[in-house]
Amino acid sequence: MNGPTGRRCLVGVVLWVALAIPPGRQLLESSMTGQLLVQIPLLALVGWMFAQCLPDRVAQRFAPWNHRGISGLLLASLTSLIWMLPLAMDAALDDPRIALAKFLSVPLLIGVPVAWSWPRAGFVVRGVVLTELIATTLRLGWLYKISPVRLCSNYLLDDQQRLGTILLVVGFAILLVLVWRLMWGRVDPGRDERGEGEHRPWR
Amino acid sequence: MAVLRTLLASLTVLAAGVGALAGTTHGFRAFTTETARRIAVRDHPPVVPPLSLETASGGRTSFGELRGRWLVVDFIYTSCTTYCSVQGMEFARLQQQLAGPIASGQIALLSVSFDPTRDDPAALTEYQRMHGGTDSGWVAARPISAADLAALLRLFRVKVIPDGAGGFEHNAAIAVVDPRGRLVTIVDWNAPNDAARYVTQHLTP
Repeated sequence: MNGPTGRRCLVGVVLWVALAIPPGRQLLESSMTGQLLVQIPLLALVGWMFAQCLPDRVAQRFAPWNHRGISGLLLASLTSLIWMLPLAMDAALDDPRIALAKFLSVPLLIGVPVAWSWPRAGFVVRGVVLTELIATTLRLGWLYKISPVRLCSNYLLDDQQRLGTILLVVGFAILLVLVWRLMWGRVDPGRDERGEGEHRPWR
Repeated sequence: MAVLRTLLASLTVLAAGVGALAGTTHGFRAFTTETARRIAVRDHPPVVPPLSLETASGGRTSFGELRGRWLVVDFIYTSCTTYCSVQGMEFARLQQQLAGPIASGQIALLSVSFDPTRDDPAALTEYQRMHGGTDSGWVAARPISAADLAALLRLFRVKVIPDGAGGFEHNAAIAVVDPRGRLVTIVDWNAPNDAARYVTQHLTP
């Protein structure tokens, strides 16, 4: 447990604590944008860092159940879906038990499975996940931007509308990057397919 | 083999995810706290504790004293200048619309201030007068302690957050309390007719 892996582990722990202590929580949870676009992604990053320093045999044990990273990415998507619900974001502020659930489930059920699954995922799986990510970001952004009612009881309406605008920008930015890479970049076929030798297109 | 195991794992994850989602959303019925609040109240009506209130006339009443009749309740702050100022007009209109059952003591209207430092009896009186209401059968009142206010906001699941400009954002709504003191339903703040219909339908002839 040393070298870059050990350091990443330590950074993960420090980040997790920084996010969990009251000043960190207040800073990010005081706005809807802070919670959805900074706090939750950073918690997922914490999980990704944890996954780097878990012994390889742990990942190996799950590998046969995670062909092309499909089940791991499904787990991460469903967990994200729950934390995107306005009532879940509200409850995480009002109920310490829900807050605890968030601080454990986002790293362990989003960050760790993504770290284990993304490198295994091939072109199609990655495409599906990214398309859904972009679509969700744009749909949610549009909804938050135009909704005349507050969807979270804990946040102000202008906060919600600002988050909507930012989500639309983020969604289009991911889309642009993706289009750029598809047109001019190199496409990684994924570990499972690389292992089979030369990558062959579907017939 | 890995394909079949992955299929099995994915189906398990999917089932657990759908289950968790159903649990979080009250069976896919609520995606916001506001809807969840209304479903929770309808499914399990909580009993309002007999807390005391100071009325616009400076006197005292309480949720205990008001039992035995249907209560149409909203939560207000009188210095509101935006859409919540419409709440007062709606209650004044309800007062006329329900004049009969109010006179016979079957229904009372109650506006509770969540800004008790500014909303003294004078401010509450002015609030009713400004919106064309009177104090007969419409009680405008403030809780007498911060603890009582917190308890009421928690029970009615009213969330109040300062908007930074001296006002508040709050999930304005109209709540109905039955004669046994149970909070039985919550309707939209701009749907006083729904509240009126609910109460008149339940009145014993």
